Amino acid sequence: MSTATLTAAQAGLVACESCGLLSRPADAAMPGYCRRCGEALEFRRHRSIETTWALVIAAAICYIPANALPVLTTTTFGSPEDDTILGGVIFLYASGSWPLALIVLIASVMIPLGKLAALAYLLISVQRGSVKSNHERTRLYRTVEFIGRWSMLDVFVATFTVALVQLQPLMSVAPGTGVLFFAAVVVLTMLAAESFDPRRIWDSASAQRARHD
Amino acid sequence: MNPRMLSTPTACPDCDLLQRVPPLPPAGMARCARCGCTLARQPADPRDLPLALAMAAGVVFVIANTTPLMELSVVGRTASTTILGGAYEMWLQGEQLTGVLVGFCAVLAPAGYLLFMLTLLIAARRSPVPWWIGEMLRWAHHLRLWSMLEVMLLGILVALIKIAELATVDAGIGMFAVGALLLLFPAIVVNFDTRDIWERVEWADSDTATPEPPATRATQSMP
Repeated sequence: MSTATLTAAQAGLVACESCGLLSRPADAAMPGYCRRCGEALEFRRHRSIETTWALVIAAAICYIPANALPVLTTTTFGSPEDDTILGGVIFLYASGSWPLALIVLIASVMIPLGKLAALAYLLISVQRGSVKSNHERTRLYRTVEFIGRWSMLDVFVATFTVALVQLQPLMSVAPGTGVLFFAAVVVLTMLAAESFDPRRIWDSASAQRARHD
Repeated sequence: MNPRMLSTPTACPDCDLLQRVPPLPPAGMARCARCGCTLARQPADPRDLPLALAMAAGVVFVIANTTPLMELSVVGRTASTTILGGAYEMWLQGEQLTGVLVGFCAVLAPAGYLLFMLTLLIAARRSPVPWWIGEMLRWAHHLRLWSMLEVMLLGILVALIKIAELATVDAGIGMFAVGALLLLFPAIVVNFDTRDIWERVEWADSDTATPEPPATRATQSMP
């Protein structure tokens, strides 16, 4: 009997997500509440796959206007000029600050796309019951969690550019609607990463091992 | 001090593997045997250092929000802003939701986190730890996820470099204060001993609690 790798769920134990206390519920269908901290107990995050998909799809939908609509409108002596995220990257590159262009490109274009792709991959792999690459998938999940906040970069860039450059009529900057959609993408993907239960990555492998014992 | 004589049975939050966490030496850390997730950390000075850091962070935070981040001047006109000023300007310019979000991620969330941590750290100095500490810990954890001071600082720098081409920019005290916060916040996290608080907390003792005693013989995992 292999006891080397046993998940809490297989042992009938549930760990409180809040305080970590392990409890053995009398009724597996309704685990009740943690006796130490009062938080509701659940073996796996409730409806984690459905909620994460919903948030990922919503974020993907918001990604289109985030890039299509302008994030900033610069008005120089009365003539306005719209700037989308990609437009801003190109402008930075063309005006010689290619390190900045690279930072904005990575933070505002590649990271959100990467997060959406990574979450979709994780969801699909869990739904298909994949037992391979558990370590890599866990590392991927942790990367998604960690890197998510950095996509807010452009929102802050826009905010402080707007706050500082209010020098009418010489130059003034106004925010565009793209900023809100972009912020929405970041928020939605962060929520999606929070709702995904990484323990599900390991459940298929643990079940398979239990069957072979 | 809390003599942790027995090892604690735990389920890894990332892969749910059952394992025991042995008593840790000061500055020691326990990782999941399977996926490497940090299970427990034993800070070197869990009682006083996080509180000192949190108090310092509180003072620095007030400075960061009340002093201007930078001063900008072009053709004789000057401009400066604080963090909240930036969020407010977004509101005035019609992007209210974005302004609120920026205000939340840059000011409200870190402020809330510091407030909760200070309350926690002060209240946890007595045993047993009051029951509402658990709620505070949860809030503190969530607020930390949404505190984006480091992203904001990089964003300000990018904006400044863009603006610096047409104006003279001087970094203000606020900017350095934010930089200090970037160091203080992770320092608080690393030096904070969550397990100790949970072990000393008053149990919720709710009637709907599961009738069986918790955490019996967890299966040992091979290291």
